[in-house]
Amino acid sequence: MDADLALAAGLATDLDLAFPTLVDAHARRLFTIANRYLGVPSDAEEVTQDALVRAYDALSSYDRDRIRALRLRPWLATITLNLARNRRRRIADRRPATSIEPLVKAGWQPMVTSNALPSAIAERREEERDLAIALLSLAPRIREAVVLRHVDGMSVTETAVALGRPEGTVKAQVARGLAILRRQLTSGPHDQPRSEKEKTA
Amino acid sequence: MSDTGPIRRHDIAATEAPPRDDEIIAGLAALGSPAPHDVALGALVRVGLADAWAELPSPLGAIGIAWNGRGISWLDRADDAARFQDRFAEHVGRPLRRTEQVPERMAMAVAARLAGNRRIRIPLDLRGHTPFEVAVWLKALEIPRGEVRPYGWIAAEIGHPKAVRAVGTALSHNPVPLVVPCHRVVRSDGTIGQYSLGGPEAKRTVLETEGLDTVALEAQARSGLRYLGSATTGVVCLPTCHHARRIGAPHRRPFRSLASAVQAGYRPCRSCRPDSGSAIAA
Repeated sequence: MDADLALAAGLATDLDLAFPTLVDAHARRLFTIANRYLGVPSDAEEVTQDALVRAYDALSSYDRDRIRALRLRPWLATITLNLARNRRRRIADRRPATSIEPLVKAGWQPMVTSNALPSAIAERREEERDLAIALLSLAPRIREAVVLRHVDGMSVTETAVALGRPEGTVKAQVARGLAILRRQLTSGPHDQPRSEKEKTA
Repeated sequence: MSDTGPIRRHDIAATEAPPRDDEIIAGLAALGSPAPHDVALGALVRVGLADAWAELPSPLGAIGIAWNGRGISWLDRADDAARFQDRFAEHVGRPLRRTEQVPERMAMAVAARLAGNRRIRIPLDLRGHTPFEVAVWLKALEIPRGEVRPYGWIAAEIGHPKAVRAVGTALSHNPVPLVVPCHRVVRSDGTIGQYSLGGPEAKRTVLETEGLDTVALEAQARSGLRYLGSATTGVVCLPTCHHARRIGAPHRRPFRSLASAVQAGYRPCRSCRPDSGSAIAA
């Protein structure tokens, strides 16, 4: 957090000098947010890059006081998430029949996941892969909250700022997300009837 | 569950205690994935804080072009990639990443520009250069393919008629030769002059590629010819002006100075503007 304050001050003083530091400090986490939200690394890469470019353009237009007052972590997360949401809709349009969500909901267990889910390729441990897949089966609004709060590790307050939702809502959504994940990891998605899943989501 | 299938984690997990929230939270926190290096550098390239480069064929052999989100920033010979990168580091200094090829639109625009299409828009990134240098380069951009202008012409056209030497220096610092055709600027005595992409010989090669007979040009200059008038139109041009080249042999009137042409009743061409810098050249 202190590093981000110093970074914001640096950006306010000399944007071009400080911006590479912002990229160094935030590219990885923004990519993680996009990747865990979308589940498609190539799309997540583009979203991350677009988000950093948007951030630069925005910073170029802000005055110094506004930059100094920025809370970079939630601010950058919001930009990334907005772009990822648009991308998600486009991905859904692009291949309506092969979207993972309805398949998982219908009880398909992606055993040969490396073919079905690009993000799974990189997963070293099976548990990690299962968790990543379970995460993708969460409803988008719940998934956003869980990704920002626990994958990215922002505080409830920061997550609430990033999502523009009350803290209470964020807490409830995160709790609900964790409950669904726990159930999925306990039984496997194939054991869960669709109707029950929809009730809990 | 299949009896014959491999044992899956779920098979076991189903019989074990459910994972606790803190275990799931720890698992989620471990889902961080390193962003591919390209993402960070790509973003810096797009905002103009780093550059990408690739090779492109040219009349001078392989050249390298570096660019970022603001435009083309550097062009140099690329027979030796390491040297290209060293010179970029020395003169521009931003992080540089080699890529496989120049983006198609940019490659096509550069090819069209080299083929003589001056209308094609090529964004240039000329940050960090003086307004004088940029003015010199933008003026050089106005010289049509296959024509040349003296250094003094550029100086006069940008409103610094006495800065002929500074124009030469600015042209030698042109970061994007070929695209900004500094090769079309020659000495007022008609000799080809220096060139940053490999000396006078390279300059001659490029000009010949553009359809200019450099041997004839230099011979004319040696004979003292500086201007060509048309006896039919009464207009006087710089010798390589496209209007001058259309003058039929019987109507060509050579002049050593603009003053003598004007005295003979000729008016300076509005296209090549031989009156720009003529006081210096004369």
